[in-house]
Amino acid sequence: MQSQLPLYPESASNFAPDVDALMLFIVAVCIFFAIAITIAVIYFFFRYKRKEPGDIGAPIHGDMRLEITWIVLPFFLLMAMFGWGAVIYVDYRHTPADTLDVYVIGKQWMWKLEQPNGRREINELHVPINRNVRLVMASEDVIHDFSVPAFRVKMDVVPGHYNSMWFRPTKTGRYHFFCSQYCGTSHAIMGGWVTVMEPDEYAAWLAGTSATGDPVALGAKLYNDLACGTCHLPDGKGRGPSYNGAYGSKVKLADGSTVVADDAYIRESILQPNAKIVAGFQPVMPSFQGLVSEDQILALTAYIKAQKDQPVPGKPAAGEPATGKK
Amino acid sequence: MSATPNSNGGEQKLPSEHYLNATYGIRSWLLTTDHKRIALLYLASVTFFFFIGGIFATLIRIHLLTPAGYLVTPETYNKLFTMHGVAMIFFFLIPSIPAVLGNFLIPIMIGAKDLAFPKINLLSWYIYLIGGSFVLYSFATGGLDTGWTFYTPLSSIYSNSAVTPAVIGIFINGFSSILTGLNFLVTVHTMRAPGMTWFRLPLFVWAHYATSLIMILGTPVIAITILLVALERLAHIGIFDPAAGGDPILFQHLFWFYSHPAVYIMILPAMGVISEIIPTFARKPIFGYSFIAGSSIAIAVIGFLVWAHHMFVTGESTYAALTFSFLSYLVAIPSAVKVFNWTSTLYKGSISWDTPMIYALGFIGLFLIGGLTGLFLACLGLDIHIHDTYFVVAHFHYIMVGGAVMGYVGGLHFWWPKITGRLYPESLARIAAVTLFVGFNLTFFPQFILGYMGMPRRYHTYPPEFQVLNVLSTAGASILALGYLLPMIYLTWSMRYGKVAGPNPWPATGLEWTTASPPPTENFDVTPEVTWEPYDYNNRPDLGLGAGTPSPAPAHGDD
Repeated sequence: MQSQLPLYPESASNFAPDVDALMLFIVAVCIFFAIAITIAVIYFFFRYKRKEPGDIGAPIHGDMRLEITWIVLPFFLLMAMFGWGAVIYVDYRHTPADTLDVYVIGKQWMWKLEQPNGRREINELHVPINRNVRLVMASEDVIHDFSVPAFRVKMDVVPGHYNSMWFRPTKTGRYHFFCSQYCGTSHAIMGGWVTVMEPDEYAAWLAGTSATGDPVALGAKLYNDLACGTCHLPDGKGRGPSYNGAYGSKVKLADGSTVVADDAYIRESILQPNAKIVAGFQPVMPSFQGLVSEDQILALTAYIKAQKDQPVPGKPAAGEPATGKK
Repeated sequence: MSATPNSNGGEQKLPSEHYLNATYGIRSWLLTTDHKRIALLYLASVTFFFFIGGIFATLIRIHLLTPAGYLVTPETYNKLFTMHGVAMIFFFLIPSIPAVLGNFLIPIMIGAKDLAFPKINLLSWYIYLIGGSFVLYSFATGGLDTGWTFYTPLSSIYSNSAVTPAVIGIFINGFSSILTGLNFLVTVHTMRAPGMTWFRLPLFVWAHYATSLIMILGTPVIAITILLVALERLAHIGIFDPAAGGDPILFQHLFWFYSHPAVYIMILPAMGVISEIIPTFARKPIFGYSFIAGSSIAIAVIGFLVWAHHMFVTGESTYAALTFSFLSYLVAIPSAVKVFNWTSTLYKGSISWDTPMIYALGFIGLFLIGGLTGLFLACLGLDIHIHDTYFVVAHFHYIMVGGAVMGYVGGLHFWWPKITGRLYPESLARIAAVTLFVGFNLTFFPQFILGYMGMPRRYHTYPPEFQVLNVLSTAGASILALGYLLPMIYLTWSMRYGKVAGPNPWPATGLEWTTASPPPTENFDVTPEVTWEPYDYNNRPDLGLGAGTPSPAPAHGDD
């Protein structure tokens, strides 16, 4: 890659320069204090080395001004580190609206990744340069962690949760990604490569070989197979709420609160249907825990997402045709 | 043991009767309630676990010589680093300074005959042995491959190794810690000699007071947590496993609520040791006594409020992350206060370069690096990149090995004459201290760079670009191993053949140095009365020091 003994990983995302600058700041402060203390200690060791065996030191017990100085001064430096770090962290956690979403599933000991059009990869991730990418991640077994050092990003992949992270690649090339959370025997080989491509290359790659199936179509098939449609009627008059226009909308719950119907909410509603009941409905849906895989939940989510531009029931639209029904 | 009469022909003689030769026989040791003998029982047992953990570490470093892994299978590698962590943390580092040096010294330092509950003290050691046996049983029958952090659901559901006996062993061992902490607290509160006011307590005792608070308040939480792991594993009760309705993140909260403060259980006593060594070998009062004492308490209290900084990449709420980052920066201040005060103590001292002082110097250097690199990990924006990499591995080894173990070995050298009545070969000991310092830095400094380069921890194989630094690290580890073997050899040798030390060879100001070496079973022939301030060399004519007060004869050790 670089020289024989590099000190930095490659810098290939929007976060990398920010993180490296912050790193340099803290390194500078720490080197200053480390050298100051080291010089002081070594100087004192030689300057005040005992001359006669019976010598004793000066009876100095302390100095309040010094104590206050070395409490207050470091406090401000620490707060500068805290503040700078906080600003970057908030940036990490604040996903832009226009992301390209890639779904990531970790299982012992491989990564399954799925592009928006359904193209799937194992232990490989292709992304276009200069485009905000969001990884939505789930685990099928233990806790994993998706980490790309060249992008300075990392996020645990926790079973039972959806975690997401975003980044914008800024340099084409191939970069390692690793599982960073110890997950058992083959933890160390649960990694792969991120390939950052020019947009046209990416588009060609995406359109190229074998998209293994449109997730929306797969989701629609599951919707039929699992008989979701018996209750979730498109007109909202069934025993469950309609999917039409649901994705990304604010949903009023039976307890009066409101949630956004995002990926995590949909996943929870499939696995623990009674956790958040939509206002006006009864807790009658059975849990699908153990009946659907993480892959299938992603497909169902994609299907529900595809219904978001359908007319919303209850709102005064035209006489609703049975759009959602296949 | 070292009951043989002085054979070196030196002018000093061992006391005719002391705690080591007061009674004989294996029963007199296994049923002893003398805190000094119990300390030696602990010394033998923690050394045993240090040796086991050290062998695992050696195998790890040899394995990582090549990117493909040099020595063992992935399963075995995972077991090695797990068992290294479990042996070192729960059975060496946590008991090391408190149960060995603290046990030996706290009663003598405050002028008491023993700890408040001598039988419970012995019970603590037996509990430690029982817990340790369970863990050894786990190591011997399938090993343990969960990482010392036991993250669920890997530990509770997926691991095929001997998790259950190991967690039962750690659960049992927790009671040893709790009882030791309780014993220390009650002793310090109720058994101080006349004149030994709170602000005359040696800082070593203050540090152990703070440590005991953590032991009592924190250990029950890890005990319950680890028991829940065992329950989920055995009875499939869904607590942490999401498939059974649990939450794996809950485990991390509970685990780190103890295991972060546990780091302070390891480092605070070492800080206490350094606070004794520096004024002794600079022969002047410690700079800012009350600030060093207070900072121990501050670390113990704030240390309970920083645990979720281990969880910045779990997807925890941004508000939680901000809070825990802020509190983590706050806890850095009392640690910095200690370093500044130690450094200032050297100013206008009369500094000798005896072995314990070399260790103290090494401690300051390594703790400085360990503490400062904590600032990188507390930083939200940086932690995302370096979390779970070798940067973390390097950081906590600088604290736990560079800090706690340097403090422990330095403390052993400082009080060895008191414990055994004999001195060790001084120049060999200085060489060992420098070897340890150099070997340690060579082992662990490259790992900071590895971590920033992105090498994740707990990898049995790694991309080739990381090899150079790994080879450096392994080379350093071989020097480090030598640095540990040397003291083991010459300290053991000195128990029988070392030069007789006399009651106060350095000389130091604490009460423990006013009694014989080794001390009698009752510690003092008459209960001492403290009339001097801590680390005060100016008003101590009995030490025979000082330009203006050349005392004619040593006034100590004559009774």
